Amino acid sequence: MWQGIYDELKDRNFTLISVAFDTGGAEAARPFIRPAEPIEIAPPISDIMGWELADIQRAAAPAYPCLIDEQHIVAELYNMTNVPMAVWIDENGRVVRPAEAAGASDGFRSMDRATWAMPQDVAANGKANRHRYVEAIRDWVAKGDKSEYVLSPAEARSRIAAPSETDALATANFRLGEYIRRIGHGADAVPYFTEARRLNPQRWHYFRQTLELEETGKASGPDFFAAVDALGARPYYPPVTLKGTGK
Amino acid sequence: MPATIEYAGKVSRVESAAAQGENLWLSLDDLTRTTGWEFKPEGLCEGDRCVPIPPGRHAEFLRADKSFNLAAFARHLGQPVVHDDRHGVWFFGDSAASRRDGLLSLEAPGFTLPDLDGKMHSLADYRGRKVLLLSWASW
Repeated sequence: MWQGIYDELKDRNFTLISVAFDTGGAEAARPFIRPAEPIEIAPPISDIMGWELADIQRAAAPAYPCLIDEQHIVAELYNMTNVPMAVWIDENGRVVRPAEAAGASDGFRSMDRATWAMPQDVAANGKANRHRYVEAIRDWVAKGDKSEYVLSPAEARSRIAAPSETDALATANFRLGEYIRRIGHGADAVPYFTEARRLNPQRWHYFRQTLELEETGKASGPDFFAAVDALGARPYYPPVTLKGTGK
Repeated sequence: MPATIEYAGKVSRVESAAAQGENLWLSLDDLTRTTGWEFKPEGLCEGDRCVPIPPGRHAEFLRADKSFNLAAFARHLGQPVVHDDRHGVWFFGDSAASRRDGLLSLEAPGFTLPDLDGKMHSLADYRGRKVLLLSWASW
């Protein structure tokens, strides 16, 4: 999906690094990075993801680095709590936009769970949201520090939620579970995964990843939707304020 | 008894660790090998940094046989410590405070991860370019 943007911007001192929070490793991620055949995508998926079908169906493997993060280390380091999320890093290794939803919106919550159909106005809003995010990236690449989408250090800091001790413990439990699973004792990892979810239910990547390890498809099943519904009016993807105030 | 310790991203196997409940006693050599900390009169030191043993609480950290309680020390530093006794694995995480400081510094933390072909990539490889770091997942 991002290949088009990468192609457009790569010669202007820009790269994309995609990181798969996939404890299942290369095996889990491969079909999405390097599909054996062109991906058949049903139109409702286009509505849910906010991308045009043509962008999703690109068959060639991306030219930018697609990395596999079995331990969800990048989520820890950058305070990413979900996918897809993005962080903008400038040429000097400085974070100019901390972790935020990468053009994703809560539109999927309006979809029919049997047919995956989404109201067309919701779908249109989702696509517009994605386009705005991509436009912001283009502006950054064109204007660098002068872009109104580059946040001042004070504003960037104000958007970072400091991890709590409970969150640090959630991460430690996930990491211990991941290690135990990796050495071949998946069943013994379950209590640690359960504890990670209990300690920080807002880390959707731990929640969905550990469900998926229990059973393929569970990450998008009834347990997931029950948790999303329990949010009530709270957002799944917190809305992003694109423009910085310059302060 | 043997223990596997993951500390600051390094996984080490220790042949003779003493795990007692929430305490993990290591020889001073194993302590240094697994964590980089060296036991000195000033406390535990790594490079220029020394952390003193809390006064009056020496016995919590050091035993007569010169073994050191890494778990108690890590907790003293605010690190989360979790362990699985069945498999003898101890995981020492980053403290919330150190993660907070790292995030608020706005310096992008480095990482090294493999691509589909197993080739390793570091964020540092891309210094000098603007980087859009994007998360996704197969689930």
